[in-house]
Amino acid sequence: MERVSIDEQQCKSCGLCVSVCPVKILIISDRLNARGFRPAQCTDQDKCTSCSSCALVCPDIAIALYREVKA
Amino acid sequence: MAEEMKVIYERPRSWANKVTHYCPGCTHGVAHRLVAELVDEMGLLDKTIAVWPVGCAVLGYEYFTFDSVEAAHGRAPAMATGIKVTNPDNFVFTYQGDGDLASIGMAEIVHAAARGWPITVIFINNGNYGMTGGQMAPTTLLGQKTTTSPLGRTPQTNGFPIRVAEMLAQLDGPAYIARVSLDSPVNIRKAKSAMRKAFNAQVRGIGFSMVECLSTCPTNWKLTPVESMERIRKEVMPYFPLGEFKVAQGVL
Repeated sequence: MERVSIDEQQCKSCGLCVSVCPVKILIISDRLNARGFRPAQCTDQDKCTSCSSCALVCPDIAIALYREVKA
Repeated sequence: MAEEMKVIYERPRSWANKVTHYCPGCTHGVAHRLVAELVDEMGLLDKTIAVWPVGCAVLGYEYFTFDSVEAAHGRAPAMATGIKVTNPDNFVFTYQGDGDLASIGMAEIVHAAARGWPITVIFINNGNYGMTGGQMAPTTLLGQKTTTSPLGRTPQTNGFPIRVAEMLAQLDGPAYIARVSLDSPVNIRKAKSAMRKAFNAQVRGIGFSMVECLSTCPTNWKLTPVESMERIRKEVMPYFPLGEFKVAQGVL
């Protein structure tokens, strides 16, 4: 299961999450969603540190964050 | 076997899972989310009544699962006072922009603050009238170009911007007045804690509370969302300093 889950239909391609990600794993993708925006996309799920900066700045509540439970 | 995952962040329950009508990058969405998170965390979902303004947030009632009413332009604090007086057990907040609160609704907000009834006001300050096309608002900065001040706002013809939070903090009625910014993750965290205090001021029955949120309007500022955040830090914050201007005893 992915750590950064982006709801592509909610995303409006504003790029705020891309600008605040400290590990630079978010990009604006090339494909279009149903409303004609290019949604943000996570390039490397394993690098996510769960800092939740992206979820905090997202104006469209498109980002959900998860983390593996340590055994 | 699937890995067990814990939730770091998910959508609040009081959010209605709709795509908002706001422009890309508009911080109205951030303010909406903070409100929804706090309503969830403070267990207010069943007793919240929101009063929505005229302006960009006019359709705010579409996006939440709690009850909402729609006020006439600028009259949200008056309406909220009436609802709170007749339903003292409900949690009543208004959500207003600067064209609504600081211009046509200035009398209502000042008297609501002076009366000090326990209602909460979330005030979005983005320096223009966003919905109608970026006209000059009372909070437009000096020199800022808008559709009704095409050469930039000048004090001779347009007067000076109004610092609403400082002005209301002079009154004896309010319990909690603060100004926060929605420009970065750290400031959004601080904004949430200020809003929590404002909500608490009402829940504990201490008095009127208002949180002014410095927001962006990328479309009318003609900047990208990321540049708009920069503008808040460079141009807006020096004129509208962040901070708590009034904290009555018992607010936490």
